[in-house]
Amino acid sequence: MKTIQVFLKSKEARAGLLFALPAILGFAIFTLGPMIASAFFSLTEYNGVGSPDFIGFENYQVLFTTDPAFKNSLLVTLQYIVMSVPLNIVVSFLIAFLLSQNIRCRGFFRAAYYMPTIVPLVATSIVWKWLLDPQVGIANYLLRLLGLPVSRFLFDEATVLPSMAVMGIWQTGTTMLVFLAGFQGISRELYEAVEVDGGGALRKFRSITVPLMTPSIFFNLVIGLINGFQTFTQAYIITSGGPNNKSNFVILQLYKEAFTYGRMGRACAIAWIIFLIVVALTILNFRLSNKWVYYESGDRG
Amino acid sequence: MRKQKIVSHGILYFIAVLCLVVWMFPFYWILRTSFMEYRQIQAYPPAWFPSPFIVTNYTQGLQYFDFPRYYMNTIFVVGVCLMGTLFTSTLCSYAFSRLRWPGREKIFSLILTSMMLPTAVTLIPTFIGWTAVGGVNTYLPLTVPSWLGGGAFFIFLLRQFYLTIPREYDEAALVDGAGYFTIYWKIMLPMIKPALISVGMFCFVNNWNDFMNPLVYLSDDSKFTISLGLRSFMGMYNTEWGYMMAATATAVIPVLTVFLIGQKYIVEGVVMTGLKG
Repeated sequence: MKTIQVFLKSKEARAGLLFALPAILGFAIFTLGPMIASAFFSLTEYNGVGSPDFIGFENYQVLFTTDPAFKNSLLVTLQYIVMSVPLNIVVSFLIAFLLSQNIRCRGFFRAAYYMPTIVPLVATSIVWKWLLDPQVGIANYLLRLLGLPVSRFLFDEATVLPSMAVMGIWQTGTTMLVFLAGFQGISRELYEAVEVDGGGALRKFRSITVPLMTPSIFFNLVIGLINGFQTFTQAYIITSGGPNNKSNFVILQLYKEAFTYGRMGRACAIAWIIFLIVVALTILNFRLSNKWVYYESGDRG
Repeated sequence: MRKQKIVSHGILYFIAVLCLVVWMFPFYWILRTSFMEYRQIQAYPPAWFPSPFIVTNYTQGLQYFDFPRYYMNTIFVVGVCLMGTLFTSTLCSYAFSRLRWPGREKIFSLILTSMMLPTAVTLIPTFIGWTAVGGVNTYLPLTVPSWLGGGAFFIFLLRQFYLTIPREYDEAALVDGAGYFTIYWKIMLPMIKPALISVGMFCFVNNWNDFMNPLVYLSDDSKFTISLGLRSFMGMYNTEWGYMMAATATAVIPVLTVFLIGQKYIVEGVVMTGLKG
């Protein structure tokens, strides 16, 4: 304590703490405080007015036993993540690979592929609902043209999540840019070394490109997982969780608990469960990363 | 060998352009539909071009989509957030990168962890808090966080920039008797201008596009932001695709314009941090 007091006598330390204060307050008020409050509310029954009633772990107990909607929403979210995260990574990887080649107007292509990512999700949802409209949408027309079976896409239990995963590809500009930066960091000499050994394009891709890209792939995987758990707007706008709750994402379920049913305590319990799952998955990811992510110069991190 | 190279190059461009056409198609379909008559929109097979080319989807359809008001509301929110974010995030990241004070690293890494946190996790208690202080149905919940550092992402991004500036600048200024705020304001800010533009762009795009916060906090139709307005318009004209696409185009054009002007800064910001803000 005393050393801190001495230290704060220095002008620099005082200025530093003062200038950092907004961020510290912001973190305390909008992250740490709500996290703690959320943990407290999750142990109560609270409808948003009056005072919360302490009920122990009942909310958690209900969520994992008698509440099928929550378990379903977790399952839906996981199914979506399993489909969309690898899909996004593969497509973004290929596009970035294409753009990393010796191509003219790279800046233009890069901006063009990134552009959809800027579109508000509400607008994206509306547009894709229109493109995938079962009756007059262009997607079914093209399928018919190719002689393929038509689909009810977002209005069919079996296809609603795959449709949303495809929709998601349109907005993976961020993932693509991370890969592109990764590709540009690979030294040309390594490829030349393979050429000297008589290796072809496939060999270069397999022995140089993919291993050196594993850190970028890993990064995008972690971020993709976290973002996947946040999926809300598409489902809220297009399907409201339907058909038959097959797109009822966990955040949508949280929203409904809080603002439709007025069960704030239950919603907070969901929030904490999501938080713990995300933390656990992220830790697991980092653990597993030793096995497949290549770190240059032996650096782990 | 040479010939082979030309061929493989040709294939490369062909694939790149083909993908691009697919990628840009939804934009075309918005415009195409927004200038089309109802009857032609419903026709099968779908027409590729509007004929006749009409603008009534904009002039009539948007009568019920009060977008001038939504624009004004959104611009107000975005403007207040921009000012707050640009000021506080640059000041805080200056403190986190160039000033030495006890606990700096610990606090910085603590703040960084909030980048990993799904925002929905803090949604309910924050809402309860704003209800308690009477902030619901005002713009305070949408704007106040911007004045408190603007979020970990921006602080992280700016800190990366600050760290590239040689220490000699601070030292020379200190010798000349400048205070720390003067150094920040007069020396550092001009040097991190590209980062400042990146932050401004992200801040604009994020706030223009934000849906969940306006949805949770704004209940009064006259206070709606553009995303929320678009959603409620959609609720009324569910199958009037001409109207819907005209409204969508109206909501998207400002943010796309900003992107086209400043895409370089947005792309660089993403490349530097790997995140979108």
